[in-house]
Amino acid sequence: MKLGVSISALIVLFLTLAMLFRAGWERPPMQSEQLGYRGLGMVETDNPRTAAARAALNAVPAATPAVPAGSPPATSVYKNVQVLNDLGVGEFTRLMVAITAWVSPQEGCNYCHNPSDLAADVPNKVVARRMIEMTRHINSGWKNHVADTGVTCYTCHRGQPVPAYVWTTDPGQPHGSRFAGNRAGQNAPAVSVGLTSLPMDPFAPFLTKGGGEIRVQSAAALPAGRGAGTSIQQTEATYGLMMHISQSLGANCTFCHNTRSFFDWDSSTPQRATAWHGIRMVRELNGAYLEPLAKAFVPGRLGPLGDAPKLNCGTCHQGEHKPLLGANMLKDYPELAAKGKVAAVAPPTPEPVLVGETVIIFFPVASSALHDAAPRVLEVLVVKLKANPKARATISGYHSATGDAAQNAELAKNRAMTVQGALKAAGIDEKRVVLEKPAAVQANVVGEDPTSRRVEVKVQ
Amino acid sequence: MAHYQNIFTAVQVRGHAEQGVALEPGSWSRDGTPWFSYWLGKIGDAQIGPIYLGFTGVASLLCGFIAIEIIGLNMFASVNWDPVQFVRQLPWLALEPPGPEWGLTVFVPLNEGGWWQMAGFFLTTSIVLWWVRMYRRARALRMGTHVAWAFASAIFLYFTLGWLRPLLMGSWSEAVPFGIFPHLDWTAAFSIRYGNLFYNPFHMLSIAFLYGSALLFAMHGGTILAVSRFGGERELEQVTDRGTASERAALFWRWTMGFNASMESIHRWAWWFAVLVTLTGGIGILLTGTVVDNWYLWAVKHGVAPSYPEVFPAVADPATTGGAK
Repeated sequence: MKLGVSISALIVLFLTLAMLFRAGWERPPMQSEQLGYRGLGMVETDNPRTAAARAALNAVPAATPAVPAGSPPATSVYKNVQVLNDLGVGEFTRLMVAITAWVSPQEGCNYCHNPSDLAADVPNKVVARRMIEMTRHINSGWKNHVADTGVTCYTCHRGQPVPAYVWTTDPGQPHGSRFAGNRAGQNAPAVSVGLTSLPMDPFAPFLTKGGGEIRVQSAAALPAGRGAGTSIQQTEATYGLMMHISQSLGANCTFCHNTRSFFDWDSSTPQRATAWHGIRMVRELNGAYLEPLAKAFVPGRLGPLGDAPKLNCGTCHQGEHKPLLGANMLKDYPELAAKGKVAAVAPPTPEPVLVGETVIIFFPVASSALHDAAPRVLEVLVVKLKANPKARATISGYHSATGDAAQNAELAKNRAMTVQGALKAAGIDEKRVVLEKPAAVQANVVGEDPTSRRVEVKVQ
Repeated sequence: MAHYQNIFTAVQVRGHAEQGVALEPGSWSRDGTPWFSYWLGKIGDAQIGPIYLGFTGVASLLCGFIAIEIIGLNMFASVNWDPVQFVRQLPWLALEPPGPEWGLTVFVPLNEGGWWQMAGFFLTTSIVLWWVRMYRRARALRMGTHVAWAFASAIFLYFTLGWLRPLLMGSWSEAVPFGIFPHLDWTAAFSIRYGNLFYNPFHMLSIAFLYGSALLFAMHGGTILAVSRFGGERELEQVTDRGTASERAALFWRWTMGFNASMESIHRWAWWFAVLVTLTGGIGILLTGTVVDNWYLWAVKHGVAPSYPEVFPAVADPATTGGAK
């Protein structure tokens, strides 16, 4: 009896330790940052001790020096240039060297080219050509997801011919049709859904061309009728996809959602809109670029069902909110942002808002013109300032991270002074208005982030 | 000097095993030769057995065994009869109910959910038989049937989850899978699907009674232990013949919070709190999906969910603003 108790205690101790110190366990304390309004649990957690390792993992290779413009067209030197035919031979060669370093540093040029005939369309070259087209399409057509940061081959490949995170269609449970033991596509510790028992394949149903409906919550309080709503099984499938996104981005649910009401866009973060476009982007890219490549890939690259390897959120993100921690490689390789790109339509400037005690005024791109509604919102602070002669207004200007830094700082200053002028017009002496140093904002919301171009006014 | 204490009994009284009162004619026999366990004597009565199973007990165990067998063998089959994988993956494995395409079909093919129906039938039969047994054992001892009715409240919740609500929703697929993690995933998905169960007032009540039960348990346990030096653990005697233990316990709470339960009523408090956990919980489940589709919106509509200041720039649903491509 006593021996039995001791052995049981030892087993329990062993299992507890094994559970605590298995791979993936990170010791506390974690850093947490409040994102939303207090009391809502809108918090991002971060382990500061992994920052160095993550930075090393996401280090960007140094850009090769730009070549002088004006070299003869690449097509005049090389044959069978179908996609990069708008480049000069200097830019073309520089890009080829960069792609080799990004995709096949070990294998070299011959990974895609036939050394005796560089123009020959061997399988890997056909794939690479299509991938260059895809990269250009992402950078020009999907700015609402990739903004101006864009992507290059390195975003996914990271020095490997096959990106670390791709997927092919899951052949399913090999013996699912037998007499017993149907897993119904779930109930296994699947990596794809964060080791939960949720449906194991969130990719084929949601991330392919014509991907299925993701939304499961109804937009009305009361049911439409018996059996009219989404099933629990469908909900679990969506839950699995969300686990994939969460894992791929190293983010909590609250990065995008206010979890008290997942479906509600009004209480969601701007990142949710970025993610929404990302899902559509992946669907389009898989359907238009990757799936048709099944015929071009060498057979060893294909999945067990013979389909081409495809993208998901992890392919670029690789565990980070922003791939490569937001590094912009595209600026050094403008050839990968398609030429003749259409100028983006300027998004409307948001209305000024009052958040707690702070008035936030937004500005259009490269402009310090005050929004028409600004004086009306500022009136709240003017009343306060007039009531308390000792109070001072503090103005802080922000600018978006894109563009020339000195110009941006000047712009932010002008914006702050415009607001100062507005307060003066409302009868507040300019001595009572303190201008703070402008700050850049790292933000990637939708394209050129409209919310980073702002001025905040506080009364203290 | 060794002395008698009420929770960790330092001295264990050993005599001939107690056989209990005579059974009614027509009863089955009690099974097993009684024996004594020193360690169990530390936390309760040292005498183990005899046990009265009776017809309902035997039938209940048999049905329960069949149910566990169906569930376990299906899980075993799902890992292709690999014993190592069965142990490693056990928390993830499950027996799933039929998919939504089957609706309320009575005989679903076995591997499409028929096994789940069968396991559910036998598990339900087992639980109901165990309830009958509990009721009849209480009657045989001329006791009240409070324990049986408290159990019935828990069975009501089980019924609601696995049978009543799927029936009202028109699909077996609404029921809970048998499995450790899978039933937890079901719970989370259920709450998400119906717009956050925390805004369901019956869910709120159930939680209040659950936490209340724990609080009452701690208050009552603490009080009785505290007066056991005056014989307070002999609660029944204290009910009929209030001694100093009962007086002090009552006085303690009257001084602390102005009101005290009586030696008898505290047990009614505890019983009702416990019973209402599953009763209100079951009602909350029953209303979900049948009459309310999104509890958050329901709570907004009725002024239950507060609104918070906007912190983020306004986010519009890209699907409605034509942002899709």
